[in-house]
Amino acid sequence: MAPSLEEAPESIQDVIENPLKATPKLVAPEPEHCPGPESEQAGKADSCAGCPNQAICASAPKGPDPDIPAITARLSGIQHKILILSGKGGVGKSTFTSLLAHAFATNPDSTVGIMDTDICGPSIPKMMGVENETIHVSGGGWSPVWVLENLGVMSVQFMLPNRDDAVIWRGPKKNGLIKQFLKDVEWGELDFLLVDTPPGTSDEHLSVNSFLKESGVDGAVVVTTPQEVALLDVRKEIDFCRKAGIRVLGLVENMSGFVCPKCTHESQIFQATTGGAKALAKEMDIPFLGAVPLDPRIGMSCDYGESFFDAWPDSPACTALKNVVRKVGEEIGLKPESVLPESPKD
Amino acid sequence: MSLDKVKNIVLVLSGKGGVGKSSITTQLALSLSLAGHSVGVLDIDLTGPSIPRLFGIESSKVTQAPGGWVPVPVHPANSESGIGSLRCMSLGFLLRERGDAVVWRGPKKTAMVRQFLSDVLWGECDYLLIDTPPGTSDEHISLAETLLKNALPGQVKGAVVVTTPQAVATADVKKELNFCVKTGIKVIGVIENMSGFVCPNCSECTNVFSSGGGKVMAQDFNVRFLGSVPIDPQFVMLVETGRRPVYPTGTSVRGQDMASLTLEEAAADVKEAGQLVEKYKSCSLCPIFRDITSDIIAVVEGKLVEARGA
Repeated sequence: MAPSLEEAPESIQDVIENPLKATPKLVAPEPEHCPGPESEQAGKADSCAGCPNQAICASAPKGPDPDIPAITARLSGIQHKILILSGKGGVGKSTFTSLLAHAFATNPDSTVGIMDTDICGPSIPKMMGVENETIHVSGGGWSPVWVLENLGVMSVQFMLPNRDDAVIWRGPKKNGLIKQFLKDVEWGELDFLLVDTPPGTSDEHLSVNSFLKESGVDGAVVVTTPQEVALLDVRKEIDFCRKAGIRVLGLVENMSGFVCPKCTHESQIFQATTGGAKALAKEMDIPFLGAVPLDPRIGMSCDYGESFFDAWPDSPACTALKNVVRKVGEEIGLKPESVLPESPKD
Repeated sequence: MSLDKVKNIVLVLSGKGGVGKSSITTQLALSLSLAGHSVGVLDIDLTGPSIPRLFGIESSKVTQAPGGWVPVPVHPANSESGIGSLRCMSLGFLLRERGDAVVWRGPKKTAMVRQFLSDVLWGECDYLLIDTPPGTSDEHISLAETLLKNALPGQVKGAVVVTTPQAVATADVKKELNFCVKTGIKVIGVIENMSGFVCPNCSECTNVFSSGGGKVMAQDFNVRFLGSVPIDPQFVMLVETGRRPVYPTGTSVRGQDMASLTLEEAAADVKEAGQLVEKYKSCSLCPIFRDITSDIIAVVEGKLVEARGA
């Protein structure tokens, strides 16, 4: 079969506009080029001809997933929902999520939750120092793991029998778990729910978007590093947000510059040859939230699961992060002082 | 299948994103090519393809021939200098705009991975390196399944697993090693990337992302440790702008003197003409990768069999 080039990159509009439906019970594995049993095209696409599932998919109830109202009800006690996105991996999405959560939680009146939707590479539990915890199930639902009195976490890591087990799942199974995280986790009253995502623009992102559309998302913070190889993928993520109707709260540049601890000479390890995040933010017309320098101590804090803010409150990276946190607060309509009270040193 | 004439297939994997899978793939490809082998690079990272950018061939397009897609050439074989040919295939070459998002659910990605494995006309090729996205999901399952079903016996030589030293990264990469165990993919070895950064001003080496995590992980899983690769901003500059790497006098890597032009001379030729593979020879990472590559070749050719256990 000669492949056709025209067919390869298709319009994403179709994927985004049609929300997920409930997955019907299939009698056979999905075939090649399957449009997805949850999609609008289920049972009707060319590739459905001859598939044993065709009748099941075609007769499945139309319209959006019936679980969406349940999700909306479950999340009704949450004031602000913020997504942390990046097209590129390893730029610091989870690090930034954990720092943002710690920063919000410094205000004892705020309650913060983190939902880790990275199913294949969950990092949040390690960074929060709760890697060996498990989820407790009660009549009201699944209880998150509480790191602090006002900071709770949910991740697939808590469900694994062994710490290093691989989660070898295809898309539909990942979607199912994300739905359960949203529907069955008993968050209670939260001021902030931070949703950490895996790299890319695929199943997890589409699911989070379609499940949360009804209950409303404040917006997304996009994280990047300065070099063009990363910006290239981040540009795709911003394009995705635009098309999916997710508001971009702003762009954060992480690992921006490295100050040698010996001679204090600043090196650009990941050089911003095309102007870095600042230029991209301008090009895409979105707010630039700030640049956080590369500080080895941030990585160390994450490895040991402690809060960088508490461990190194006087470091330049900490000051930069605090400014970014305040800007995020401003973007979602909060007073900077209420998000992160100014300490006399800042 | 289009892989019939490919002698060795090597996967580049990592559970964690941004650890340098694509830049390690790039450097392995350049080093294998410098060692005289013909190399193909297949990029199955569909939502974030980096290979076209790293080889500086972003504007190239794939051409169609009877029976399949023709991969994009990076440089031809040169028997005089003993360099093997290098070709690439990536979804990046199929996109209309470089900023376009590819928003695909699992089944669509599966179909594309299968198509990449069956419809690309590699022809005669010594090494096919397959660069993967982070994780253990659709692309990986499809890749493992398709190779298991269609590859010739002994054609898939195994996987090079990339990590960075910090515990947060090795935690995810351990999952990938378990994926290899479950899917029966042999692990050729582990490379620790971003291991230390040498300040260009005072030559102090800082372990930006701590150090040694990759080696410990390799020992724990009883797989070969192929080596540590430091951060070299000159390599980033090379792939970002095409500038030939330059180092101050006295720079020496594994006994090879890397110091070349003065910094003033370097500033003058930002867009130097010449092949990436030629310029890469001036990079301080080149001797490191020469050693890693010769280890990989030895494993692939069956000369190094036993893993150097703990």
